[in-house]
Amino acid sequence: MASLVGSRVERKEDKRFLTGKGRYTSDINIANQTYAIFIRSPHARAKIKKIDTSKALKSSGVVDILTGEHIAQDKIGGLIAGWAIRSEDGSEMKCPANPPLAKDSVNFVGDPVAVVFAETLDEARAAADLVKIDYKVLKAVSNLGEAMNSEAIHDGIDKNLCYDWLLGDRQKVKEAFEKADKIIKLDINNNRLIPNAMEPRACVIDYNTASEEITCYTTSQNPHLSRLIMSAFGGVAPENKLRVVAPDVGGGFGSKINLYNEEIVCSWASKKIERPIKWVAERTESFLTDTHGRDHITHAELAVTNDGKFLGFKNETIANLGAYARVFGTVTPTYLFGPCATGVYIMPAAYSNVKAVYTNTAPVDAYRGAGRPEATYTIERIVDKAAMELGMDPIEIRMKNFPTEFPFKQTLVHQIDSGDYVAGLNKAKEMADYDGFAARRKESESKGKLRGIGVTSYFEACGIAPSPVVMMLGCGVGLWESAEVRFNPTGQVTVYTGSHSHGQSHQTTFAQIAADELGVPIENIDVVHGDTDKGTFGMGTYGSRSLTVGGIAIVNACKKIVNKGKRIAAKMLEASPDEVDFKNGEFVVAKSNKKKTIGEVAFASYLPGVRDEVKSPLPEGDEPGLIESSFFDPANFSFPAGSHICEVEIDPETGHVKLDKYTAVDDFGTIVNPLIVEGQVHGGLAQGIGQALYENAQYDDSGQLITASYMDYTMPRADDLPDFNLGFTCTKATTNPLGVKGCGEAGTIAATPTVMNAVINALDGKEISLPATAEKVWKACKEMKKSNAKAA
Amino acid sequence: MKTFNYHSAKDVKEASKLSSSNSAFLAGGMTTIPSMKLGLASYKDIIDIKRIKKLSGIKVSGKTVTIGATTKHSEVANSKDVKKAIPSLAALAEGIGDPQVRNRGTIGGSIANNDPAADYPSACIALDATIHTNNRSIDAEKFFRGMFETCLKSTEVIESIEFSIPQKSSYQKLPNPASRYAIVGVYVAKHKTGINVGVTGAKSCVYNDKDLAGVLTKNFSSSAIDSVKISSSGMNSDIHASSDYRANMVKAFAKKAVDAC
Repeated sequence: MASLVGSRVERKEDKRFLTGKGRYTSDINIANQTYAIFIRSPHARAKIKKIDTSKALKSSGVVDILTGEHIAQDKIGGLIAGWAIRSEDGSEMKCPANPPLAKDSVNFVGDPVAVVFAETLDEARAAADLVKIDYKVLKAVSNLGEAMNSEAIHDGIDKNLCYDWLLGDRQKVKEAFEKADKIIKLDINNNRLIPNAMEPRACVIDYNTASEEITCYTTSQNPHLSRLIMSAFGGVAPENKLRVVAPDVGGGFGSKINLYNEEIVCSWASKKIERPIKWVAERTESFLTDTHGRDHITHAELAVTNDGKFLGFKNETIANLGAYARVFGTVTPTYLFGPCATGVYIMPAAYSNVKAVYTNTAPVDAYRGAGRPEATYTIERIVDKAAMELGMDPIEIRMKNFPTEFPFKQTLVHQIDSGDYVAGLNKAKEMADYDGFAARRKESESKGKLRGIGVTSYFEACGIAPSPVVMMLGCGVGLWESAEVRFNPTGQVTVYTGSHSHGQSHQTTFAQIAADELGVPIENIDVVHGDTDKGTFGMGTYGSRSLTVGGIAIVNACKKIVNKGKRIAAKMLEASPDEVDFKNGEFVVAKSNKKKTIGEVAFASYLPGVRDEVKSPLPEGDEPGLIESSFFDPANFSFPAGSHICEVEIDPETGHVKLDKYTAVDDFGTIVNPLIVEGQVHGGLAQGIGQALYENAQYDDSGQLITASYMDYTMPRADDLPDFNLGFTCTKATTNPLGVKGCGEAGTIAATPTVMNAVINALDGKEISLPATAEKVWKACKEMKKSNAKAA
Repeated sequence: MKTFNYHSAKDVKEASKLSSSNSAFLAGGMTTIPSMKLGLASYKDIIDIKRIKKLSGIKVSGKTVTIGATTKHSEVANSKDVKKAIPSLAALAEGIGDPQVRNRGTIGGSIANNDPAADYPSACIALDATIHTNNRSIDAEKFFRGMFETCLKSTEVIESIEFSIPQKSSYQKLPNPASRYAIVGVYVAKHKTGINVGVTGAKSCVYNDKDLAGVLTKNFSSSAIDSVKISSSGMNSDIHASSDYRANMVKAFAKKAVDAC
């Protein structure tokens, strides 16, 4: 049987998704359900003086209205930061309480204050209009750069500073900088993004008054963690009385990692009002309250020799946490960001210093890439600047500083097991026809256009694990992953995974892996995820970890199945277990050439003694059945890497940037399904390009989100993008048996600096901030024209 | 959305009779319905005029193209007659919104709404359009009054828009990258009788840029526009484009339009 790992197997999910048969949270309706409308703060910062629900409670169809007072009375806990980060001086980070419904103060536009439950959605809306809330409006802190000099938003958090974190050695960096021929300096922003999953957040809660169990259907990337937090920190119900189901989920990009206010409130309230509850976010609510991404201000310095060798690197960043610290909020700008800021280079000395601050804006948390796009943007922009200031070719300076031996101990944290950065960049250079750029530039110039080329080489640390490391870094839980593999007596297989698919195609990829391990046709394998009542506890999907951690748990569970199968087959075939080989779904004894299929063995394991040929196939000490589970905790993160090259053509009359060519060469180790991996790269690139050219979440001085709809928040569209030219190199990961590395975030990580490097190349090195909108580029072109005229 | 009475008018007379100061005519509903959903607008009566057959369709005579008020953007974009008579008008329609909008939105709706960033008003100005209602015929230059404001009375129904066929013309726009409405849209049309430059997106209301038209009358070439200074005073300013940028883009897109004529 040919191996399925490596094949372009069509997605099992496609049929239901493409025919509109996906079953999402908002497709679920429970008899007798009520509808929830959350009343949200219209102010960025205010004290709540009084909430008057009396008139609203009498409104038609209203079942109940609950506020922060009720939450406090029932001692329902709030939302939490999942990682504890310490400041350079050793002090603990400072996090404000984040109750599910604000009681005393509101801290961003959209902060929920009260909730109405009514018989119909219209009645809930009408009643919500009648709730009177008296606020004392305070001056909002909405500007990241000024946050540390502004009034403290939260009591006891001076300068709005959560932590002032350092990774690296300041003294060594100082010494390295003293030896430098040249110091390259760069001041950049990393624009704030709104994840914009296609499916808005939603939850449907069913409280069973007989069993006293709460079932929460929700749009989550990790239902098990949601249950854990809701139970352990929220106190909504013990875990055995709380079931969390995340059915089909239409995209997350990190924004659905968090447990949100609405899920806690509705789960708690369903028990209180003894009615099912349905809540579906409107798009405006998604803009206002989904966790946002990025939002950094960075000053970086790179110490170099005249021949382009890197000596040292400084990264001074202010990161916006928004109003509250959420699950990955505190780790995203530290351990997911700081270590990767030295890029794919030998960097003798480096440090990353991050000040994370609170502002009156939506909470900022992990967004596709989480920290690594920001890190890669910083290093890849400054490396390009160094090349320009030294008069070197951008590829040459990169090649000069690549490590060539692996494992490679990266400066700040990571021990990178495998990679070949030289091969990746060479391949990208060839595929992009880098050498033909000068001619293409001339041609563009003849049409009055400017052409630029941009290069990025990246690595990233994903497949976030292992537990001892993440816990040492401050994570509140271990980040292993679980799997359970069950043979039915009649030979089909169900694979349960603790990870969650919200677009990643686990049903296909994981079935391919199991099919190869077990020799069972892929059609006979079902993959189940997203339900705390089905399968083992799991850690969910984010940080490109599903395959590298969750997929390996499946491999290991399958290996256990095969081992048990060998013992059973040995007895059935009258041989010893070490005489049994397993291949292509068959247990074979070479000396007698007798064999049993895995299906026959599975059947026998459930029905010992039924068949004539043996009384019981079960060896002494083995129990019936063929079900195995595995909890996999890898030895390290996985480290995909690659080089991307793109070309832009700019119309200096209008500032319009046309993305003309994009080449991506990535090393994801073993690729299980090229079709799906290419899709992941395409999507990642679109988001990275979106950050470079279009997307930008903006708040005004009073803390109002002025990009709260698609009329103003620019999403990249298909006609903005060129055909992507994709290539792959392969160095297998040595830290897992499949040799796989994560692929979900790579495109997002590499694309932003690649595009910006190209834009700035076209502008002869003129720095512009993210995103490179038409007006900014037009202004830069005008200034360029002026300075060229002067020079002439 | 607040509750309202829905009426489907069988003819223009009935539509007009049902209307009041607290009603809205519904054609494509591309602005009316979202405004109602967002709570920005509410009406006692919604009068659907889509079923009035007479209001839809395209007619080309020797000198003019007449388009019924409820004719959809996609119908204009795909009309062989329009493509032949005024190709720039078909191209404009093809560039409105997205396929869903083009398959529902109507020319009459667009003009009656008079969004400062809508495309069609610039065509009306450039192509010396006459707007025919159930009461009267109005010159385009008099029709558009200000931001979201026209000279229509609440009981007045647009029946058709009659465009003059120019000698040559082109519409060029800088779309807002998010909404794809015009940040600036410039419609240049050369008629036997003179030149019009309809500009949308730039100010609170569409206008005929007489300075540009004057320069082009003397010398119909994009280089002639180089000498024109366009003031940013009165230009819109938002997160996508400052008034200064808009002023410069009026010039840049006027040049593009002349080059494309």
